[in-house]
Amino acid sequence: MATSSNTSTALLDIAEVSKSFGAVNVLRSVSLTVAKGEVVTVIGPSGSGKTTLLRCVNFLESYDSGSIRIDGKEVGFRPGPARNSGARQRRSERDLAAMRAETGMVFQGFNLFPHLTAAGNIMLGLTKVRGKSKTEARSIAEHWLGRVGLGHKADSLPAELSGGQQQRVGIARAVAMEPKILLLDEITSALDPELVGEVLAVVRSLAEDGMTMVMVTHEMAFARDASSRIVFMADGGVSAVGPPKEVLAEETTNERLRTFLARFRASHF
Amino acid sequence: MLGQIAYALPFLAQGFALTLWVSLLVVVLSLIAGVILGVGLVYGPAPVRWAVRIFSDTIRGIPILVLIFFVYYGLPAVGIHLQSFWAAVLALTLFKTAQVVEYLRGAVASIPKGQSEAAMAIGLTFRQRLAYVIFPQAFRRFLPPWINGVTDAVKGSALVSLLGITDLMQAINQVIGRTYEAMPLYIFGALIYFAVNYALSYASRRLERRFAFIRD
Repeated sequence: MATSSNTSTALLDIAEVSKSFGAVNVLRSVSLTVAKGEVVTVIGPSGSGKTTLLRCVNFLESYDSGSIRIDGKEVGFRPGPARNSGARQRRSERDLAAMRAETGMVFQGFNLFPHLTAAGNIMLGLTKVRGKSKTEARSIAEHWLGRVGLGHKADSLPAELSGGQQQRVGIARAVAMEPKILLLDEITSALDPELVGEVLAVVRSLAEDGMTMVMVTHEMAFARDASSRIVFMADGGVSAVGPPKEVLAEETTNERLRTFLARFRASHF
Repeated sequence: MLGQIAYALPFLAQGFALTLWVSLLVVVLSLIAGVILGVGLVYGPAPVRWAVRIFSDTIRGIPILVLIFFVYYGLPAVGIHLQSFWAAVLALTLFKTAQVVEYLRGAVASIPKGQSEAAMAIGLTFRQRLAYVIFPQAFRRFLPPWINGVTDAVKGSALVSLLGITDLMQAINQVIGRTYEAMPLYIFGALIYFAVNYALSYASRRLERRFAFIRD
């Protein structure tokens, strides 16, 4: 397994991942590969496991079985000693931290650090994790704040920013770490409708730069335009996957997908 | 009357110094122990959490006076002999530690889970998350009850006089024993305690304002 995934082109390789909370199977043998530079959008009804899957990729959630590899390296676990018949072991805290630094995550609720300025939010990981000097971190922070259109807000506290601005700082904080892959978890769901556009514009420009992204979203139009592939999840499993045109086609034969899309169109158009 | 106080002043000053010394020891030691145990209570594995919970609930359920007598008169029975000064400091520190544990737990619990997750997501280790993300935010909520607790510690230190230690309270009583002028000396003593605690509360309010970075 390890050798084959090293030679494959998949940057992210999710293989037969299952997870349950008590009696509820949140993820049922989910497999998905994402190549470098791909933008993969995960859609599906609430409770279908989209967010859980995303959170497993940077190990904010553990998974019961299967494997998730980034660049061929298993996330969260390492093989255990042979005397324990090689049963997987959770990685050490230090190991996990180092791995998480390779994946960026943007959250639905922004989760900016309220005691730090916009620049401070971005600089924290750069100085403490990447070991950059304050000056260097500051100039990287300013560069990314400029990229998301907030160059003039570097010294503002999160409480002084609008939701859209906060989320753009959230994106800048994630990409400034130069992650191999960016995870976007319903990043516009908590925003007022008029603020959604500015955030999606930033995501689009990152996609054009070739950033590998996996995003969970309810913005169907955006998903259709910006994704290389769309994954439809239902009941904890991957129900359909393919290019946007195929998956979002009205004449799909996938019953669940058709119901989801119909319900979605009814409520959003 | 003023003459009495002036005459007693050097003696009272010594008692006051001891009161401050006891308070400082108790506050610093309980802060260190309380923060460590508090982190154990919030983030530790189950056995650690239970142990801290039992410690905290037990100590907080005992009157502080009983605790002082227990440490001073009870511990020798199991072979631990402490000087009255250290027995008093130990008892007050145990009492205060249990409180600090609860302040810390409350303050940390008030920080939304998303803060830890965002900190994890950029690759901070557990210690870094505490140091740069959780504690700076929790500090603001920790401070008011803790300062309140510090003033309690200063007032509570008067209990050490019961073990025959000459703190401010004991010094006052001894001066009264010689002069039979109770009222002016008690008023004078109350003013000193008040001055210390008022200064602490004032400093606390100033500090709280400095850390008011979150609108809620």
